[in-house]
This record gives sequence, structure tokens and C-alpha cells, in this order.
Amino acid sequence: MGGKELEFEKYILAIITTKPEKVSGGGAPVFISKTDEEQDRIATTLARVMGGVVHDLENGVYFLVRH
Amino acid sequence: MTTGIIIGSLIRYDMLKRDYRLYPSYPHGVVIHLALGFIAAVIGAVAIPALLEKEFTAVTFLALAATQFREVRGMERDMLEGLDRTNLVPRGPDYIEGIARVFEARNYLVMLAALLISGATFIGNIYYGLLMGVATFIISKTLMKGKNIGDIALVRAGRVHFEGAKLFVDNIQFMNLALQQSRETYLKRGLGIIVEPLNDNGRATLANNGQRKAIAHDAAALLGVYKDVDSAEFTPLVRRSLDTGRVGLVIVPMEKDISVLIEAVKRVPVLESALSTPLKTTLGKKAAD
Repeated sequence: MGGKELEFEKYILAIITTKPEKVSGGGAPVFISKTDEEQDRIATTLARVMGGVVHDLENGVYFLVRH
Repeated sequence: MTTGIIIGSLIRYDMLKRDYRLYPSYPHGVVIHLALGFIAAVIGAVAIPALLEKEFTAVTFLALAATQFREVRGMERDMLEGLDRTNLVPRGPDYIEGIARVFEARNYLVMLAALLISGATFIGNIYYGLLMGVATFIISKTLMKGKNIGDIALVRAGRVHFEGAKLFVDNIQFMNLALQQSRETYLKRGLGIIVEPLNDNGRATLANNGQRKAIAHDAAALLGVYKDVDSAEFTPLVRRSLDTGRVGLVIVPMEKDISVLIEAVKRVPVLESALSTPLKTTLGKKAAD
């Protein structure tokens, strides 16, 4: 018991987007890209380095989650 | 007495062989368990002759041995948990507890077998002992068999596909994947399996998260997994359809062979901790109809 339950099991490590107006605030860094290809590339690199999985909100916003 | 010790040790050795798949056995691990099995056999074998000689201290030894073997369980658990942290596809705590318990129980079985064999030899003669040896051998085989997934559910292939970013096997949703490259890998190399429980007991068992981790682990252990420490998205997943209680597995194996995968999933042991039998109660039966 104790503090353990307050720890987050999953958290957003980064947000990668082509539409910066859809994202605001929060604790994760936001990477803005011009094209879809750039977005894909940045997301892949970040995922490999951070060991997370990239998910798609299907509105031009990707987010990287550590599971 | 000697018959008891020898056959007891042999039984332990035979049981150890079947551990290999559960537990990619390490040569030194084998030595440890053979030695402990031998000790168990000795203790079991001396018990009845000692009691008949009215040497009651022998009973204390039996109790002492029980404590020792409980430690075996702790030892196995600690080791497997430690190793699990670096495993690409972890076994999960439920599976580990099951394996550890089996290790403990097998020593007791050896002890019991040796006890019966040496007892039979002591009271009758060596032939009774050998006969008892064969009997205990068969009993220990059936006792330690346990159930497999194939006994409680139907295992069949499923179609891996995407709807937008969402990965599906048939109608079971797994996860949302953004990267084009990952999606292509799944479509090209991924395999999907659907496990349909035969009844409500199977459904409850398959709902257990530890059981599902065990399925993913065994599938990955047998077919290899297309994954490294930095590609978390290719971790084999087992998800449940809430409507039907069916369970789906998606995996990107090294060897893309669906028939082997189906066979592998069928042979996954049903974990003791996951085994659930609501149908054995009247309320469970009522809920089922």
C-alpha cells in the first residue's frame, strides 16, 4: 500500500503533430512537423529511443506512450 | 530401501524432462533439482523402515524436508522473477508462481513414491517394491499432467487487419498503431489467433490476465518474436472480446507458421491460479442460462 497506487503506469512521453493548434499545454513535449512523412519519421525515431509505442488520434496528432 | 531411492530419483528425473518447455532448463538447474529429488527419495525411502524399527525421529526428518522443499519454491520464484524482468515477452507472475509450485509439489511426489516403494519392499519383497514402483510412476504421470488450453477452448486462426489506426484480429480490437511502417509489418508478418472457450468455465479462465500473459509468452518462446527492446509495438498481445468472452492473440513471429502457432497455443498449460469453475456452483449455473 501507500504511494504505489499514485504512480502512473502509462504516460505520454511526447506528442508529434502536423496540426499544432489541436494540442495545448500538458506535461509532454510537442514536436511540430510540416508533413505526414516528417511526422512519421520523428515518431519512429522517438519511439525507438524512448521504447514507447506511437498511437494515432486520427486527427493529425500522434502521441508516444510508455506502456 | 535402495529400490525406493533409485526409483524415486528416476521419477524425479522423468518429471524434470517435461520441465524443459516450461522452463528452458539450465544444466546447473537440472543438477540442483536432481540432487533435491535424490534427497527427497532418500528421506521418503527411510521413513517406513525407520518407523517399523520404532525410530520416531524419522518423522521429524519428514517435517524438516517439507520446510526445505518450500524453500525450493521460493528459490525458483525469485530466480524466474529476476529473469522475467529482462525477458522480451515476460511470463508474468501467475505463470511463475505456477512453475514454482510445480517444483515444490514434484519433490513431495518423489518423497511419497519412495515411501510407498520402500514400504512395499520392506513388508513384502523386492518384486512388490518394483510393482509399486510402476504403479507410482503411472500415478505421478497422470497427477502432474494438468490441463491445456486445447482442453478448455477451441483455437483457430484469425485475420489480422486494420481499421484506420486500430489493429484487429477478426472482431477483437488490440491497439492503436500510428506508424505506417509498423502497420505494414503487422500485415505482412503478423499472425492472429482466436481462442474460443468451450463453456463458461473456460471463459472465466481465459479472462485471467496471468493466463493470457502465459499464452503470449509460450507463443513467443516457441515461434520467436520479431521484436527488440526498442520496439515495444511488436509485443505479442492477448485481448478479450467482452461480448463473447473469446480471446485473441496477435503476434509478429520470426517463423510465420500458423499451424505451429495454433498447436503452441493449444499446449499452453492452464494455470492453477487462473483455473476457474463457476459452473460447479448452482449460482454459476443459473447465471449461465
